[in-house]
Amino acid sequence: MLKLTHISKTFNPGTVNEKRAISDLSLHVNKGDFITIIGSNGAGKSTLFNAIAGSFLTDSGRIELDGQDITLMAEHVRSRQIGRLFQDTRVGTAPGMTIEENLALSAGRGGWLSPISKADKKLFREKLAELQMGLEDRMKQPVGLLSGGQRQVIALLMSTLTTPKLLLLDEHTAALDPATAEKVLALTESIVNERKLTCMMITHNMESALKLGNRTFMMENGNIVLDVAGEKRSGLTVDDLLDEFRKVSGHRLDNDRILLS
Amino acid sequence: MDFNSVMSLLQTALELGLIGSLTVLSLFLSYSMLNVCDLSTDGCFTLGAAVGGVVAISGHPILAIFAAMGAGMLSGLVVSFLQTKMGIDSLLAGIIVNTALYSVNIAVMGSSLLNMNKTETVFTMMQGWLKGTFLENQYKLVVILIFVTLAVVFLAVFLRTRLGLAIRATGDNPAMVKSSSINPVITTIIGLCLSNALTGLSGCLLAQSQKSVNIDIGSGMVTIALASLLIGNAFFGRGSITKRAIGAVVGAFVFRLVYTIALRFNMPAFMLKLVSSVIVIIAIAGPYLRSRLPILQRKLQLKSGKGDK
Repeated sequence: MLKLTHISKTFNPGTVNEKRAISDLSLHVNKGDFITIIGSNGAGKSTLFNAIAGSFLTDSGRIELDGQDITLMAEHVRSRQIGRLFQDTRVGTAPGMTIEENLALSAGRGGWLSPISKADKKLFREKLAELQMGLEDRMKQPVGLLSGGQRQVIALLMSTLTTPKLLLLDEHTAALDPATAEKVLALTESIVNERKLTCMMITHNMESALKLGNRTFMMENGNIVLDVAGEKRSGLTVDDLLDEFRKVSGHRLDNDRILLS
Repeated sequence: MDFNSVMSLLQTALELGLIGSLTVLSLFLSYSMLNVCDLSTDGCFTLGAAVGGVVAISGHPILAIFAAMGAGMLSGLVVSFLQTKMGIDSLLAGIIVNTALYSVNIAVMGSSLLNMNKTETVFTMMQGWLKGTFLENQYKLVVILIFVTLAVVFLAVFLRTRLGLAIRATGDNPAMVKSSSINPVITTIIGLCLSNALTGLSGCLLAQSQKSVNIDIGSGMVTIALASLLIGNAFFGRGSITKRAIGAVVGAFVFRLVYTIALRFNMPAFMLKLVSSVIVIIAIAGPYLRSRLPILQRKLQLKSGKGDK
């Protein structure tokens, strides 16, 4: 589904701030994979997502999505196929527009000059009702009035309204309180499973990194240092993961927000 | 002041306010929706007046309307092209185009003054049609109301279409638009083209209404329109798009009315621009200063020794 071959990215090349954020990284994501990604601060996790989504042009290498070379494709063109959620709950939605308008924007149905159709409104209502958060009765309210958790749920709904070929979740529950985070995570899991989405999720929660999905990446120094799946993964505990990290990187995992349980 | 002079005062304020309201609607689109402060408004207003004036003088008052809107659109295209494709800051792009338009406008007009006293305009046409009806003396208002209504209806419908939503999102959350499938370049270009078409229309109507075009006809328009927009926001700021668009029109009228009344009380006409600047300053600085108030209060409390430790 997603194939990265030898991609590299260096920020501020030739200056004192030079930072090799991704270094000769190759990976192959299979259709239907749900990959969790862990790693230290500055390991290149978000940079990897930015490269895939097209926030910048990589210095070298190729990116293919579903057999199509997207290396040079503009970000907004890629995003028709790639859904994305961020840690900052304000990024995913337009606060001054209503829930309904936000959803319509991402559904992207009908001609450019057509208003939101009745059928779409009904569909949005049903989708919101499924969340059981009472949002279906607030469709005419601006998203700016919602809580961070509610906004993130709307953003999740927006990025999965049309089935994306790839869903990128960049610590999308990290800014939420534990109870809300759990709820959003459960919702994410059910949407991904139900729709059989191909998904990559960065997390700082070691336990959900092992519990969710079918495959786990560990990143360090701009590359993937561990890629486990299947039986080998199901036998792993959080401690094993930390040991493994020390072995491959030579130091302790130093993500200051890491959660062990 | 007798009833008749009050009514004629009101009518003048209404006419000028509503003509100006088209520029306010233009800023409603660019400033409130797209979050771009388009400083080419003054030049574009004059461009609309100049092009509209020249075409009307050549005997095509209705074509003049479309020509003025087209010219405004072209000006908007240049401004948006500079900021989206040439990497020029949006404020600077507006100022640059505004400066360039001064030369363009004189070139269009052939001099710095156009006299349209004997020219047929959309207003004189309407005056002919309404002769003998009860609206005989309101012919100007009728024409202006038609255009303003069309503009408000257009914006209210357009801003709810998929393209309109995309334009609003571009101004509302650039970070989201960057990672969504909206192309901010396209939405900015379309938004500014439409917005400047309205400004051009506004200039054209003023030219045809007052039967003359002066090269300075648009000077200070951006501040006057912004002041009107912010007055409108104060009334209808938190409502649906339709309400806010109507609010922009009401703001334009209120601004004109206050200005007309002030003139009655012997405020010199040259004060218009100072007053509009002060209104813009108050409207924008007000909320900021209010947010600073608690800090000032605490500082004062501490100084007087009454603050908690």
